[in-house]
Amino acid sequence: MRSPSSAAPVRRALGTRRRRIVAGSVAVVLLAAAALWAARPGEAGFRTESARITVRSGPAGDEPVDLDATFYLPDDASAGRKVPAVLLAHGFGGTKESVRADAEDLAAQGYAVLAWTARGFGRSGGQIHLDSPDHEVRDAERLLDWLAARPEVRTDAPGDPRVGVVGGSYGGGLALLLAAQDRRVDAIVPMITWNDLSRAFLPESTGGPATSGVFKKGWAGIFFGGGGNAGSGPAGLSGGSAAEPEGNPASAGPPSPTPGTGPGTGSGRAPAGAADPACGRFAADVCAAYLRIATTGRAEPADVELLRRSSPAGVLDRIKAPTLLVQGTADSLFPLAEADANARGIAANGTPVRVAWYTGGHDGGAGPTSDSDRVKYLTLQWLDHYVTGDGPAPGDDFTYSRVAGFNALERGLVATGYRTADYPGLAGDDRREVAVTGPAQPVANPPNGNPAAISSVPFAGALGSLLDGVAGDVPGQHARFESAPLTEAVDVTGAPTFSIRAASPTGEAVLFVKLYDVDPGGAATLPNGLVAPVRLTGLPAEIGAAKPVTVTLPGIVRRVEAGHRLRITVASTDQAYTTPAQPTVYTVAAGDAPLVLPTVTGEPIPTAATVWRWVLAGLLAAVVVGLVVVVLLARRRHRRQDSSVHPEYAGVPLAVRQLRKEYADGFVAVSNVDFEVHPGQVVGLLGPNGAGKTTTLRVLMGLTQPTAGEIYVFGRRLVPGSPVLSRIGALVEGPGFLPHLSGLDNLKAYWRATGRPWADAHFDEALEIAGLGESVHRKTRKYSHGMRQRLAIAQAMLGLPELLVLDEPTDGLDPPQIAEMRRVLQRYATDGRAVLVSSHLLAEVEQTCTHAVVVNKGRIVASGPVAEIVGESPSVLFDVTDPAAARDVLGRLDGVTVLPDPEGNLVVDTNGTARSEVVAELVRAGIGVDRVVPRRRLEDAFLALVGENSRGSGDR
Amino acid sequence: MGQSSSTVGAAAGYRPSATLPFAAEFRRQASRRRTQLALGFMVLLPLIILIAFQFDAGDDDRDGGGGEFSSLADLATSGGLNFTLFSLLVSASFLLVVVVALFCGDTVASEASWGSLRYLLAIPVPRARLLAVKLLVALAYSALALLLLAGTALLAGTLRYGWEPLRSQVSAQLDPGEGLLRLLAVLGYLAVVLLAVAGLAFLLSVVTDAALGAVGGAVLLWILSSILDQIEALGAVRSFLPTHYANAWLGLLSTPVQTDDLVRGCISAIAYATLFWSVAFWRFTRKDVTS
Repeated sequence: MRSPSSAAPVRRALGTRRRRIVAGSVAVVLLAAAALWAARPGEAGFRTESARITVRSGPAGDEPVDLDATFYLPDDASAGRKVPAVLLAHGFGGTKESVRADAEDLAAQGYAVLAWTARGFGRSGGQIHLDSPDHEVRDAERLLDWLAARPEVRTDAPGDPRVGVVGGSYGGGLALLLAAQDRRVDAIVPMITWNDLSRAFLPESTGGPATSGVFKKGWAGIFFGGGGNAGSGPAGLSGGSAAEPEGNPASAGPPSPTPGTGPGTGSGRAPAGAADPACGRFAADVCAAYLRIATTGRAEPADVELLRRSSPAGVLDRIKAPTLLVQGTADSLFPLAEADANARGIAANGTPVRVAWYTGGHDGGAGPTSDSDRVKYLTLQWLDHYVTGDGPAPGDDFTYSRVAGFNALERGLVATGYRTADYPGLAGDDRREVAVTGPAQPVANPPNGNPAAISSVPFAGALGSLLDGVAGDVPGQHARFESAPLTEAVDVTGAPTFSIRAASPTGEAVLFVKLYDVDPGGAATLPNGLVAPVRLTGLPAEIGAAKPVTVTLPGIVRRVEAGHRLRITVASTDQAYTTPAQPTVYTVAAGDAPLVLPTVTGEPIPTAATVWRWVLAGLLAAVVVGLVVVVLLARRRHRRQDSSVHPEYAGVPLAVRQLRKEYADGFVAVSNVDFEVHPGQVVGLLGPNGAGKTTTLRVLMGLTQPTAGEIYVFGRRLVPGSPVLSRIGALVEGPGFLPHLSGLDNLKAYWRATGRPWADAHFDEALEIAGLGESVHRKTRKYSHGMRQRLAIAQAMLGLPELLVLDEPTDGLDPPQIAEMRRVLQRYATDGRAVLVSSHLLAEVEQTCTHAVVVNKGRIVASGPVAEIVGESPSVLFDVTDPAAARDVLGRLDGVTVLPDPEGNLVVDTNGTARSEVVAELVRAGIGVDRVVPRRRLEDAFLALVGENSRGSGDR
Repeated sequence: MGQSSSTVGAAAGYRPSATLPFAAEFRRQASRRRTQLALGFMVLLPLIILIAFQFDAGDDDRDGGGGEFSSLADLATSGGLNFTLFSLLVSASFLLVVVVALFCGDTVASEASWGSLRYLLAIPVPRARLLAVKLLVALAYSALALLLLAGTALLAGTLRYGWEPLRSQVSAQLDPGEGLLRLLAVLGYLAVVLLAVAGLAFLLSVVTDAALGAVGGAVLLWILSSILDQIEALGAVRSFLPTHYANAWLGLLSTPVQTDDLVRGCISAIAYATLFWSVAFWRFTRKDVTS
């Protein structure tokens, strides 16, 4: 007992601390593990090998070109377990590294992926021929040969690999052209790519040929910008800046539509000695065509022919590979019309075609997460079915998305996806007509097209559409036609049409037709910065003679809210296009037809957001159900609780039976305590500090769970929270008051918390006992220790409980108050009530209590009526002149024994012999007797304890 | 003596379900200086901001800042609704967290430190009931603080700047009626997000006897979570941080309303709060009260 008694508090404290440290460490480790798991490098489900593949291509197939390639091979692929392959092409200006993330994702899905740097870019040799069938496409054919030769790649026949071709922009064009040229391709996923390169760069929105198209100089310049500077310049110009808005192919997941990053990165390393300062790595014919077009702003038929050669438009009927076309709505380079033409051309042969639009593109990048996830899913589904042969047929339903708002957290756009069974094309499956009117207006064409209206900034479209004020028309250089506010919202999906009339003194006019969404506040938004350039010829000088022409506006997906107006603006300039240099003043009027808005009835695609809504509902339901279950279980447990009355203790206010309390660290505070308190008794629980008194009282108040043993109050088993506790008033471990309340308010607050009737409290009696006088209205924070103690006793007596339990009640009281307290307690223990007082002061117990229980080190040492305990004991302390002689004398007396005494005093058990006789014997023997002190039992018990160990055993 | 089976053997008039009534606990807390100060400050803050705006010297210094803060700050004086929104914005990330942590973290720990907890348990107030009432009262005061802040700001802002449409950079302006609805939704979402703070503070309140430890601990952990949320390298782990969706209420300002992050934020907050409260109840109904 000794060591735990002194070391226990320390050890206990250590124990809790250790537990906390353990809990804390566990939490930290879990957190770190979670962080590592999230930040882990991509799992190595594949291996890569770099290769320089020399292919022979060119018109005769005899010009060797070195291609820089990386082959991604899933770990489990081998000659015995062949896997399907994907040929992954990058965008213009990129390299094989631009598609690394997509390649890794596809490889992780079990595809052998061959990514290569197209000729003319990066470390590959050769010149840029713009996906020419004789060059880039033939290179890709040789790569198919290379794939077929790999033992790990599945083949359909010798030399015919099982392969899909995936690519965005320049890579998408290649996918289409390769599929048209080589039947070995099993499926293609061309993204944000062109149908007719001449129309893409020389658009004409009234249906005119490319030779009369308006030159898209902004985009063309960015793509060709590297031509003049093969060295380093363009890398800084477009390579860096373009990479920014373009996109995050890494985060978009596999096959994110990744347009090129501009020519700069590619042309950084021109073949030694071959650098033509005007053309860089562009092939001479391509370069010459560009220079001609860019100089005049018009394309000659030969130039158009060259661009057509690089376009899928003429070879669509030869594509037999199932095609998934992904096109972006935020794309002023290759608008939706390009994919639409591809889809119609390929589907005409009966080849499976599926179209998907998303809210990114050359201007908008990979788009919102929901969109890039959808594109990723569609791509994998397409490849899995048509290349691997897994999964059901993807079907040909059409999915598209609409920007639904702004995401505050990600600082990006949010898009809602929609689905409809059939691809409706750009004309929609239904249409709304809106009258857009306005007078004929003069429109000035400034010399050399400067200043020019700004509709879109290449590669910054998403940014531009967000920032009001970037887009703008120049006063005097545009005409406006407006509708009335819409009575109901309209979801435009497709290419609207409008008709205009124009007059020009030169007979010719280049105009840009735009559709603005104007909100009630007057703010106008040009969806995705898209414009429809038109070149009208044969115009009269007077507007009255002008014939209406129908302009097909760029395809958009946009909801125009009710109350908004639609505005058609016809401008003479646009920064992104080449316009006539001669100053002229056109006249523009609305045509004879209303604005036609195509619509599509699509159903929203359920997204993860919907799932989360269900998760939230489920969570709430689970919380409610859990709460109900817990409450029901608690009720049931409560009902099952033993509410019977122990017959033996039915009338006993308190019976403690073999109580034991052992703390978690093994320290035994109470080992075996056993006593009873009967009505009318004032029982003193006496023991030194740390004897276990307080622990016993804590268990008694339901604050602590006993390890073993029971407590009965009026025959009812007492557990924490037992209702029978309401019959006990207590002061345990000192007062506990709300410091900011007065004494009286504290008592009232306490009684309010009991929920019992106000009249049962007997405040007056309690306050009288407290004896605080006027101080009862002062805040308890200002009370002295004694005042607080008296208030606590008064609180314990509120409601006159049948059992009053007071822990060291006289602590802090002055002697008159102690005397008063004694009387109060004795008076209290009448009418069947009982009092239990704990104390470490012998005198107090002796004077106050009728009964006493002496405890030490968790055990009962003595118990019984105080009179009996305090009553005279047979032992007597003698104070004599000669103790040694006295021992001899006493030893000779019959029945008298000398008791051992630790302090060397002479303590004698007279054992019935009268004390006077013993004294007479001693005197007779000539020994002087100074004092004869009768010993009392309680003191005996106490001294015995103190003798064993005078130190307290700590707080129990 | 007892009226029902559950009160058999109890003193006359004692019913476990009648102990520590909500009103009694509400009064206990109402009488505390910290409650009065916290609520008073909620009223005072919008007025201080209002006065501060009066010192606007007019020199437009708009180069710095950026993001939704500067835009809302610029718009704060455009109407009562915008002023309220600004008041919420400046207090959402820290002040409201502290106030909620104060109400929920202090409630049990302070009773323990005063020593009055053991007397409540000896009444006896059933432990689960004690916690439930204390939690409900703490939540009620937290809600009251939120409403006082918003209410004062709305009243003062409307009196000063008028009943104008709600403007923001991410959407067109909203009619005052619609704007008020959005504002109420913002308040509702803030209240839900703060449940996670309430849960954390309440758990600490039950675990420790030091009121300061519970309140400070909750605020510290909240700040830690905010800091971790800034570290993009943590990737998906950040979605599990209780503060990750704290600003999702900005989505309520856009048109149409962006609810996806709100839903996830609600899930996160409710899950955390439920977890923390469950642990708190589990712990408190079993622990030895030694204070």
